[in-house]
Amino acid sequence: MANKIKNYVTSLFLWELLKGLRLTGKYLFKRKITVQYPEEKTPQSHRFRGLHALRRYPNGEERCIACKLCEAVCPAVAITIESEARDDGSRRTTKYDIDLTKCIFCGFCEESCPVDSIVETRIFEYHGEKRGDLLMTKPRLLEIGDMVEKQLAEDRAKDALYR
Amino acid sequence: MLEIIYQFISHNVLLPITTLLLPVDYQAQALTVLQTVVKILSILVPVLITVAYFTYFERKVIGFIQGRIGPNRVGFFGFSLWGLGQPIADAVKLIVKEIIVPTGSNRVLFIMAPILSLAPSLAAWAVIPFDDTKVLANINAGLLYVLALTSLAVYGVIIAGWASNSKYAFLGAMRSAAQIVAYEIAMGFALVGVLVAAGSLNLGDIVNSQAGSVIHWFWIPLFPLFVIYFISGLAETNRAPFDVAEGESEIVAGFHVEYGGMAFSVFFMAEYANMILIAVLSAIMFCGGWLSPFQGIPGLEDLFTWVPPMFWLLAKTSFFMFLFLWFRATFPRYRYDQIMRLGWKVFIPITIVWLVVVSALVVTNTPPWFN
Amino acid sequence: MIEQIVFYLFSGILLLSATMVVVMRNPIHSALFLVLSFFASAAIWLLLQAEFLAIALVLVYVGAVMVLFLFVVMMLDINLVVIREGFARFLPVGITVAVLMVAAMGLVVGSDYFLSDTYMAIKSVGADYSNTKELGLTLYTEYLYQFEIAGAILLVAIIAAISLSMSKSKVNKSISPEEQVFVKKADRLRIVKMQSETNNKDEESET
Repeated sequence: MANKIKNYVTSLFLWELLKGLRLTGKYLFKRKITVQYPEEKTPQSHRFRGLHALRRYPNGEERCIACKLCEAVCPAVAITIESEARDDGSRRTTKYDIDLTKCIFCGFCEESCPVDSIVETRIFEYHGEKRGDLLMTKPRLLEIGDMVEKQLAEDRAKDALYR
Repeated sequence: MLEIIYQFISHNVLLPITTLLLPVDYQAQALTVLQTVVKILSILVPVLITVAYFTYFERKVIGFIQGRIGPNRVGFFGFSLWGLGQPIADAVKLIVKEIIVPTGSNRVLFIMAPILSLAPSLAAWAVIPFDDTKVLANINAGLLYVLALTSLAVYGVIIAGWASNSKYAFLGAMRSAAQIVAYEIAMGFALVGVLVAAGSLNLGDIVNSQAGSVIHWFWIPLFPLFVIYFISGLAETNRAPFDVAEGESEIVAGFHVEYGGMAFSVFFMAEYANMILIAVLSAIMFCGGWLSPFQGIPGLEDLFTWVPPMFWLLAKTSFFMFLFLWFRATFPRYRYDQIMRLGWKVFIPITIVWLVVVSALVVTNTPPWFN
Repeated sequence: MIEQIVFYLFSGILLLSATMVVVMRNPIHSALFLVLSFFASAAIWLLLQAEFLAIALVLVYVGAVMVLFLFVVMMLDINLVVIREGFARFLPVGITVAVLMVAAMGLVVGSDYFLSDTYMAIKSVGADYSNTKELGLTLYTEYLYQFEIAGAILLVAIIAAISLSMSKSKVNKSISPEEQVFVKKADRLRIVKMQSETNNKDEESET
């Protein structure tokens, strides 16, 4: 009974609401933690999964052997691969397309790759202005790989400890 | 300051216009009409600018409470100025957008609804006294006028919901109608308390009857009514935590789902204009309007005599406007049956009980308020 | 002069909107025209310097009654065809009633009480005259008993409406918000203190 009266009185004086207001009022003066994006950036993990790239061996030979494991594992069916034997007898891709509008950036392709060829880079600031812009083709993927190879190698080395 | 500008416009712009353009018989009447128009503009333009910057301020305050910094990019002439250009950018964007009238909707009512929701909240400013003398229409039934106009705001919502021919809009309108009708009663009773305490329906007289000091203001003898008035005000304006009419999480955006561009922004402006109106009314009826809070304190009172009375009214209004934002950032949305219970079963009984208390205080001439 | 223009303007709107209330096919439009006619008559009352009545009309009828009206009309799915079915059958009765009403109105308006010369000019009063105050004084002095009786009747009506709408049987499973808001953490949640288990004996016994 006494408890009930206490409940009525506290609810009549909006006690719990005032407690809530006090809390939010305190936060009003707290330090703000917003990151001013284009000028400031949050630190990235070396496992960051951004734009895709195809890597090469140090001697310039492309790593991909067209095993199509990535194509098989891709849950969004974003990868399309066609392959043929090259003049020297090795099997190479003639077509390696990733549709970025389908891709969910799960990183399975990277995990499945036996030769560390398809990787996801740390690049996340990109856009497409035309219809085909987000359909990555083999030359473009290789180009991206060449562009950030140093970083990719470093990140793989860092992660090797845990594999 | 304002008087000087007004006199200047009246003498140097309006007088020449009327004397040059009109026959002698109509000059005096035309001058009064033009002067009234200038007065109306001098109230409405600041109100609408406040509405625009209130949206900016809301985003800032809620951002701050949530540990963010709010809009800070859009500025003027290449300076970001803490994002002060944001409301203007928003306005330009909304003006440029197309107004889509849905198929199967009632075109005339669809367009009329936003206007119907904005007009009463602006018209109510006619009786708001900014000062002992600064009031557009010093009518005796000012309080009733305000009450009547705030009760009209619901039409915009209902008509919008019905004319949109959309189930979400209709649900929002139904919720809003029931909610506003319920809380209007509590609000009306709270105002009856003010009326009993002040003995007048004139808003200027209500403020004057609170003169003395902070203790003389009605917020002490009418404290429950004050709280109920403000909470009912939240419900009347469909603000959080009573924003079930919009209810983003369950009915998308309620009555204005189908609206876009300027039609939507008129609804938006109406909501904010209503909030400012409720804030200014709370300041006038419970917190002494334009009276200085230092009145009656020896020493301090003389120190602040240079401050124009209007400043105090605006300061109090700003405080209540801030409360609207603070509440929104703090409280989760009420469930619908809880809103109905609060309105009908809690607020109305409390107001009726307190009406009796206030009447007793007035009849017994209880100092310091009613002697 | 201006007063007359305003009067004719608003009475024109009033007559037009009142006609539209009857004529409109869509009940929502009818209700909205009724709102408009309330506004017009409020404006005419303002012209007669009865500002209290004018504002009370807007406040009570437009602000509350018509909102509920619209609410109900919008919720109901009114089938116009069914309503229009008996039009020809009831026409003679309707015309008879209409003629009778017009005749009655004519008799009342044409009588000596409404001679045009007694009601021509609006009695002009000073700016400090308050219609609200006068009305209140009259109501609470001369007509106090009638006023109290009216109040008592309304109270009875309120109680009757509430008791009629309350369901007698308590079979519905509706939840009660007042019980819900008083629920505290202690009513629902029991925190049991127990020792942490370090060995994995239980796991083994399960398998």
